[in-house]
Amino acid sequence: MTLLFGLMVTGYAFGAVAAALSPNDRAARLLTASGTVVGGGAGLAVAFGHFASGAPLALEAPALLSIADGLAFRVDALGAFFLALVGLVAVPCGIYGAGYSAAYEGRYSLRFLGAMLNLFLLTMSLVPVAGNVLTFLLMWEGMSLTSYFLVMTEANEPDTVQAGGWYLAMTHGGLALVLAAFLLLAGGAATTSFADLRTAAATLSPATRNAVFLLAVLGFGSKAGIVPLHVWLPRAHPAAPSHVSALMSAVMIKLGVYGLLRVGLDLLSGGPAWWGALLIGLGGLSAVLGVLYALMENDLKRLLAYSSVENIGLVFIGVGTGFLSLSLGAVPAAMLALSAGLYHALNHAAFKGLLFLGAGSVLHATHTRDMNRLGGLIRRLPWTALFFLIGSLAIAGLPPLNGFVSEWLLFQSLLPGIGSSAPLVAPLMTLAVGVLALTGGLAAAGFVKAFGITFLAIPRSPAAEHAHEAPGSMRMGMGILAVACAGLGLAAVPIMSGLGSILAGHAGLAATTPRLGGLSLSMPGAVGQMSPTLVALGLVVATAGVWIGVRLFARGPGLRVDETWGCGRIAQTPRMEYTSTAFAEPLRRVFAGLYRPTKDLSIDFHPESRYFVQSIEYRSEIVPWFERYLYAPVIARVRWWAIGTRAIQSGSVHAYLTYLVLALLGLLVVLLVQGA
Amino acid sequence: MIGYVLEVAQAALALLLAPGVVGLIRWMKARLQNRRGAPVWQPYRELAKLFQKEVVVSNNASWLFRAAPFVVFGSAVTVTLFVPILAVPLPFDGVGDLLVVVYLLLLGTFFLSLAGLDPGSPFGGMGASREMTIAALAEPTVALAIFALALSAGSTNLGQIVARTMSHPGAALSPGHLLAFLALFIVALAETGRLPIDNPATHLELTMIHEAMVLEYSGRYLALIEWAAAVKLLVFFSLLGNLFVPAGISMALTPATLAIAVVTLLAKFAVLAGAVAILETRIAKLRLFRVPELLSVSFVLGLLAVTSSFLLR
Repeated sequence: MTLLFGLMVTGYAFGAVAAALSPNDRAARLLTASGTVVGGGAGLAVAFGHFASGAPLALEAPALLSIADGLAFRVDALGAFFLALVGLVAVPCGIYGAGYSAAYEGRYSLRFLGAMLNLFLLTMSLVPVAGNVLTFLLMWEGMSLTSYFLVMTEANEPDTVQAGGWYLAMTHGGLALVLAAFLLLAGGAATTSFADLRTAAATLSPATRNAVFLLAVLGFGSKAGIVPLHVWLPRAHPAAPSHVSALMSAVMIKLGVYGLLRVGLDLLSGGPAWWGALLIGLGGLSAVLGVLYALMENDLKRLLAYSSVENIGLVFIGVGTGFLSLSLGAVPAAMLALSAGLYHALNHAAFKGLLFLGAGSVLHATHTRDMNRLGGLIRRLPWTALFFLIGSLAIAGLPPLNGFVSEWLLFQSLLPGIGSSAPLVAPLMTLAVGVLALTGGLAAAGFVKAFGITFLAIPRSPAAEHAHEAPGSMRMGMGILAVACAGLGLAAVPIMSGLGSILAGHAGLAATTPRLGGLSLSMPGAVGQMSPTLVALGLVVATAGVWIGVRLFARGPGLRVDETWGCGRIAQTPRMEYTSTAFAEPLRRVFAGLYRPTKDLSIDFHPESRYFVQSIEYRSEIVPWFERYLYAPVIARVRWWAIGTRAIQSGSVHAYLTYLVLALLGLLVVLLVQGA
Repeated sequence: MIGYVLEVAQAALALLLAPGVVGLIRWMKARLQNRRGAPVWQPYRELAKLFQKEVVVSNNASWLFRAAPFVVFGSAVTVTLFVPILAVPLPFDGVGDLLVVVYLLLLGTFFLSLAGLDPGSPFGGMGASREMTIAALAEPTVALAIFALALSAGSTNLGQIVARTMSHPGAALSPGHLLAFLALFIVALAETGRLPIDNPATHLELTMIHEAMVLEYSGRYLALIEWAAAVKLLVFFSLLGNLFVPAGISMALTPATLAIAVVTLLAKFAVLAGAVAILETRIAKLRLFRVPELLSVSFVLGLLAVTSSFLLR
């Protein structure tokens, strides 16, 4: 185990150093990928080794940075789960990146990209296994900084610089809140190791516990991309290279969930009912708004990023229901809800990783992310199309893939709450059911749009017409995740019992094992049962049976390929097709209260007669509520302060030395007064 | 063993009866409108004819267009395995619950919408976009109606819901059940493309939803899609008939009770088909952008159903 842990660290570190020192771009790409694959694979092995043996692995170096207890790593079940999550996505993204980053050769530094990618993965793998506050914060900040540099890879694009700015500001705001949460927690502890914090947390006053929880929700929520702290996410994730987008959306935002669970569930051992209600509220808001904004996007990668906001909302609904049930003493229900949340986090890692890689493959082939300029790619990129379709089915929560299983479990975990007699719980849960169902339906609509407009029908631009399939390495990366999407759904029974043992022991959660009725998933606390394996089998057998039946008995006189029927028009052009905007138009009108679409129509008439039109230009935009009404005032105020402080920044060293002396004198006076 | 045989027999019966239910609605509608109307078995003739006809596929269409009818039909067939049609409890009750049924039907809709986009025709895109909008907005109502039933039955599995209502016949008339029935009825109209949401008999492309989406299909592919749509209608009729009024459904699995089950099932279908026929004769199609209002009414009904089930447990 220690050896594997060492291999993981060395793998990533080797990838980083070797990429930085590599002689040429090609070598840099391959060395980056080899480090990533070795590190990710070893990370997976560490996690599964822990699941198999249950032996905790602790590594400490108190001499390093001894003022704050030094560096300490400790692999426990919860950490191992998130470590596995990193490894699961890191390996395919590493393989994919080797081919994808070839497009950067000669334009951007591949040495820097490779080094940053491996450092990002290294710090991200070490966050969930950090054993004390210092290690956690160091790794957390390392993860944020390296991912900032990764977002900035395509620094020549003006959008990228802006996205990077948003990301840097939000992530450091989040860090400050997390830091405050840990400072409050550590108030009564001897050292800052998580084990000591856990014992100390029991003695904290309820007000302090509430404050710690709120700070943790805001701090970790900003990393997770929960509404209204999500504004950086649809900017930063699409700007990064696609395999990095995949890692950020699939894994990094999940570490926000990890942080929340570590603090809220592990260290604080749950709390009053309103904690859970708050998480459900934030989750529901994120789920609905995330999917509604995703529907309006024409940029493929931004659509995926908004959909990450939606899915993290679903995870929060699960986790929140868990906290709520825990506070009501319903342990099996809490177990079910928390496992469902974690299961959805795992599934989202697989399908969102896959979809971002697919979008990257589209971008690689056509150099555009605008769906209104894509189309017809299923013929030019058959493999990418197949993988993207699998990802779309999974994310839309359709059987028999993994997304369906976790959505089903989330539904199941809400039902016991509806029957609860505690005040206000039943209405909250009923609304959560509505939110969950609406989100599922809208996600299906959104991914019909994402797949249908991008891959089907006639190409809408020459770039889409002359697209080419991705190279083997990229196809392999996507293939691994596509298999994971199917496998994670079929293996629901072992996964749920595994998640049960991961969560057991935290906050008095007893280990519950699924009642295994053959292949049926029947959880204690759940009110229904379902077998993902048999549903999948039934679906495959039925579909294949119909196909064989039709071939045998109803072949008909054959098949003719002809033009699309078009009401008597002469020829079909791509301009007649439904576009991404058109597809979402009905929903834009249904939810006009939220979107407040602006309409700007300018018609250029023929000079001779107003009956003939030379050109029509139609523009419609939706109101960015959060940016305009929440962030704009804050940014304006910060800017005002910044301009104010400019007055004391003269640029003269003498002036700065004077400030130092004045500050020192001020401190001495304070000490003097306090001492007296 | 008898359970598995019944399971397959029930699915086969659903597939065989489905076109007849559509024919029955059409015949009743024609009679109500003072027309003679085609015989009830006309849809069977149409399907037989379509299976014999040549298939024309758009030159823009990909493999997905040809695969979609099989997925749509396959998912409809799978659904019939989980829906109580003749008897409960059956061995597949624990394999899939009501949520599985709903999401399997959504899988069919998903593929059909993609197939609508595939030929690049504006009508297909229009149909796909509208169908997905309506499907998405109907989803919350379905979930709430399911939960209203599950709350009193203690399970989302269909066999248990039916068994519970059988043992508590009074529950069938509880406000929770009645409200859930109304909510699910509106959703059934929306999901199966009936008036006032969609007009299955329309000839004008601009007002079509379901028909626009499948406009490019012909021959055996069209036959599969039409048949699957009929099965979907039958599934909703079975849910409405058997979940809310389970009387007649066989629990003993003896030949006599099964015979009674078949007869009551046919009677329930006739009543529901009559209701749809009267409704379609009496009311006109809603404007597309009035449909969300109707669906929000059904959502509120679902909400009330859950609330009253909760309060009156």
